[in-house]
Amino acid sequence: MHKVNLVIDNVAITVQEGTTVLQAALQNNIYIPHLCHHPDLKPAGICRLCIVDVGGQMLVSCSTAVVEGMMVKTGTPAVEKVRRLAVELLIAEHDAACLTCGKNFNCKLQEVSRFVGIDRERLMELQAAERKPVDNSHPFITRDYNKCVLCGICVRTCAEIQGASAIDFALRGYATKISTFGDNPLRESACESCGECVERCPVGALLPVGFEQPAREVETVCPFCGTGCGLLLGARGDKLVSARGNPGHTTNKGRLCVKGRFGWSFVNSPERLKTPLIKKEGVFVEASWDEAIELVSAKLSQYREEEAGVFASAKTTNEEIYLASKFARVVLGTNNIANVAHLCHANTVRGLLPVTGSAGMTVPAWQIREAACFFVAGCNPTEAHPVIGMEIRKAVREGAKLIVANPKEISLCRLPHIRLPLRPGTDVALILGMARVILDEGLLDEKFIAERTVNFAAFKESLEMFSLDEAEAVTGVARDLIREAARVYAAGKPALIFWSMGITQHSHGHNNVWALAHLAMMTGNYGKPGAGVAPLRGHNNVQGATDMGATPAWYPGYQLCPGYELYPRFNKFSSSREKFEKAWGYKLPDTPGLSTVKQFNAKAKGWGGTGMWDLPQKIKAWYIIGADLVHGVAESEHVRRSLEQAEFVVVQDIFLTDTARLADVVLPAASFAEKDGTFTSTDRRVQRIRKVLEPPGSAKADWWITCEIARRMGYSGFDFQNPGQIMDEIASLVPLYGGISYARLEEEELRWPCYDENHPGTPVLHVDKFLRVEKAEFWPLAYIPSPELPDEDFPLIMTTGRTLPHFHYNITRKVEGLSNLCPEDFVEINERDAAALDIRSGDKIRVISRRSSVVSKAKVSNGILPGVVFKTIHFTESPTNMLTSAEYIDPVGTTPNTKVCPVRIEKA
Amino acid sequence: MLDDALKNRLKLKEILSSFRGTENELIPILQRVQEQFGYLPESAMLETARFMAVPESKVYATASFYSQFRFKATGKKHIAVCRGTACHVRGAGKIQDTLERQLGIKEGETTADREYSLEAVACIGCCALAPCIAVNKETIYGRLTPQKAVIVVNGPVREETENAQKNHAGKPGNML
Repeated sequence: MHKVNLVIDNVAITVQEGTTVLQAALQNNIYIPHLCHHPDLKPAGICRLCIVDVGGQMLVSCSTAVVEGMMVKTGTPAVEKVRRLAVELLIAEHDAACLTCGKNFNCKLQEVSRFVGIDRERLMELQAAERKPVDNSHPFITRDYNKCVLCGICVRTCAEIQGASAIDFALRGYATKISTFGDNPLRESACESCGECVERCPVGALLPVGFEQPAREVETVCPFCGTGCGLLLGARGDKLVSARGNPGHTTNKGRLCVKGRFGWSFVNSPERLKTPLIKKEGVFVEASWDEAIELVSAKLSQYREEEAGVFASAKTTNEEIYLASKFARVVLGTNNIANVAHLCHANTVRGLLPVTGSAGMTVPAWQIREAACFFVAGCNPTEAHPVIGMEIRKAVREGAKLIVANPKEISLCRLPHIRLPLRPGTDVALILGMARVILDEGLLDEKFIAERTVNFAAFKESLEMFSLDEAEAVTGVARDLIREAARVYAAGKPALIFWSMGITQHSHGHNNVWALAHLAMMTGNYGKPGAGVAPLRGHNNVQGATDMGATPAWYPGYQLCPGYELYPRFNKFSSSREKFEKAWGYKLPDTPGLSTVKQFNAKAKGWGGTGMWDLPQKIKAWYIIGADLVHGVAESEHVRRSLEQAEFVVVQDIFLTDTARLADVVLPAASFAEKDGTFTSTDRRVQRIRKVLEPPGSAKADWWITCEIARRMGYSGFDFQNPGQIMDEIASLVPLYGGISYARLEEEELRWPCYDENHPGTPVLHVDKFLRVEKAEFWPLAYIPSPELPDEDFPLIMTTGRTLPHFHYNITRKVEGLSNLCPEDFVEINERDAAALDIRSGDKIRVISRRSSVVSKAKVSNGILPGVVFKTIHFTESPTNMLTSAEYIDPVGTTPNTKVCPVRIEKA
Repeated sequence: MLDDALKNRLKLKEILSSFRGTENELIPILQRVQEQFGYLPESAMLETARFMAVPESKVYATASFYSQFRFKATGKKHIAVCRGTACHVRGAGKIQDTLERQLGIKEGETTADREYSLEAVACIGCCALAPCIAVNKETIYGRLTPQKAVIVVNGPVREETENAQKNHAGKPGNML
């Protein structure tokens, strides 16, 4: 970059070429009044306040690039005259009751008027008598038109940062205003409630509702999805009052979604558990920790091996999950250790291990914008992983290609895209169709296939048996579209494939994952910046839950348990039992364990595969940490029944969930804001979370509780004083985390694998060779239909998912504003199906599956395929998992078939 | 009801099918939509946004910038009050005030029974007949007084004003 010399007000300065005059001045501490300029946004030149004199010419300094030898004057009489007029016109429209304004002392208009100088008489003369109505429709954002200066920062933020474009300048001349579509209230608009506009509004026109200035702020990580956004959590006394994005964080760069910015108040909820509870004659009675731990340890001592089950929480820290995993194996002598990944990405993890050696997202989140093509399959990032959604939108606006495979029209479809509206459960057919086109048209990366993969011939052979006709017939997607998508995907390098539950929650989910991975392998999209696969993790630390071995198949760090050498190529890694027996000092179980569905549902069986997943279920006692399984697991009636029939259940949680209500003992846990630890994000980054508050009442951090129980039961190896010590033990046993320590995390951004203290971490996976397997392996693939298909009685396929304001069933429901944004369950149904059933939006309907029926409300739309309905998962009043089936689970990943559930809909 | 909605969707689809969806087509599309429906229904603007892959707020922003676009259904009798210079000088303001009072709506609104709607427009090209109004784009009533305006809107149509239109060259209604 060249340097440019110029003179501003007789001060000679040197700046980078391409800098604007305004930036040059501000960088050198020369103030030029401005309102519509924001460093995060492109210059707009709207407010005209930054006008300067350049060689006798009046120029808008925010939109004028510096030129060598430029002579700039910021305060000539002519400039001041123009500027004063512009400011006075703004003030005439501005409600100047500054003392009552949330932006007082932090207002750009105050800054400008102080500089220009407005006297009292002039102000009184200017102030408009007429007051415009304030938009108070939104639970988190107040829009006061009386303070708006029409700088357009909110409009540009919504377009450039969030990518929602919910607002724009409407009308014209004197009537001009910032308006939603149809000038509807903000709450009813396309607003995604991220609050980015509120952060950037230079005046008090956009303010957070009920804002309180925090007394202290702590750097931590968002507790909702797996994106892992950096959060600055603000507190006053013993409550949280604010959250803002950490501007220095490479993933979110200061941005947040509605949950991250406004969803923290569950921590302050009066419904938090504050003391241990013991059920006596069917009623919970408050107890001391001593009493509760005594009872739990006495009871758990009676159950070992196949009679005990442990469920670790993907909401807790790596350290806590590691301890749960150790607790199950050491204290209870069982591999019956499960976590929520078995309901979501286990198909990805177990599916990809034999293919590419690791299921980690191949690139860091900040490289998303480097991709030239996105294939977004069975995944709705703008609602479930909103900050990643922002990155995709940004890249697509700047020219990247977008392919969306989804029976539902997701909000990414507002961008230019190719949409493949496939029937639920037919992903393999669609992807094989694309693979076939890539093969037939010679769009392969043959060099990559030859050098970096094995077994392509077998895959090719299976592809040759599969035609585009078949793909069209099975998926319902026109072959031309499939062909176009394949060409666009193969041509757009680097390409990144995103997927989440729409791909994995099938009883053949691992085939879906294989197919997607194969697509990336055959086009050479691995080991390069911006390329590869991005299986988006749902929970803040579900990646960590898998890493820490909260699964029957492996100890922490994907080190296999005995009986799980199921993949021929893994033989050389065989069982790590001896290593862990030596490290933990106890004999470890040598029998396989049960994962989530099987722990609670003895009847569940592998779809098209059998073997070790059909182990008998003999669990009599459970230790369940932070999960509302009664709502989370498909065919949830089985969970309820299992827990009711169990001899002893202890649940550790922050709220008295419906699962906790079935427990014998409930232990109150600390939330993410009340403890230290680490979360591992979807892009493998290990990040520190930090304590902001003391837990309410006598609630304790999960790691402390697990250690106390283990110690009371007489086991050693649970004597930790702080989570940092636990991380040190993890680092000593898990090669992927070998170089991770709290000291390093203070300074560095580390993604696993990070083998030792000098290892810099791994931003891009599989650069020279594939992790663990060295060469990626193709597998022959065929389309297998879902086990449960629609018929005359159950003609519609129900598929399920998340909405933007909510996460699961508990924490976001405790946040009033989030519940206001999405207050009740709905079932999205195509207008043709709705017309046939004489159903309109808002009608009460009954959704009936082969298992149960629940009541919900219809939302008629043309954004969903005919024959398919979409139901949210959040509302325990209308429990979706009462309807779904867990009869057949994936034979590899053990995930139930949540996404294809035939139903019938009736008016209720 | 559903049938109507479906019919309208099909009409809209037909309109959109004659465009490619490039940015410069937005205004022509909106003009065709308004020609079809008499105004810009929200659903049609949403569908247009979808078709063009532009944000819906952009469609509204563009449409609301131009006075030619309406966001509410017009009445059976859509009354355009000319506010051009000649009409203005000859008392168009009073004509508009009177009609607003008489119909109980403001300019840009439609009566609850959907019988009447009122719109202020720029010159409709009948300056010689100022002040004038146009009903349903076709019929021009000229040389009005507030009293006459009330009669032509509510009461029986009088021959002399109808003749006024015939005498006027061209089709001024198209200029609305």
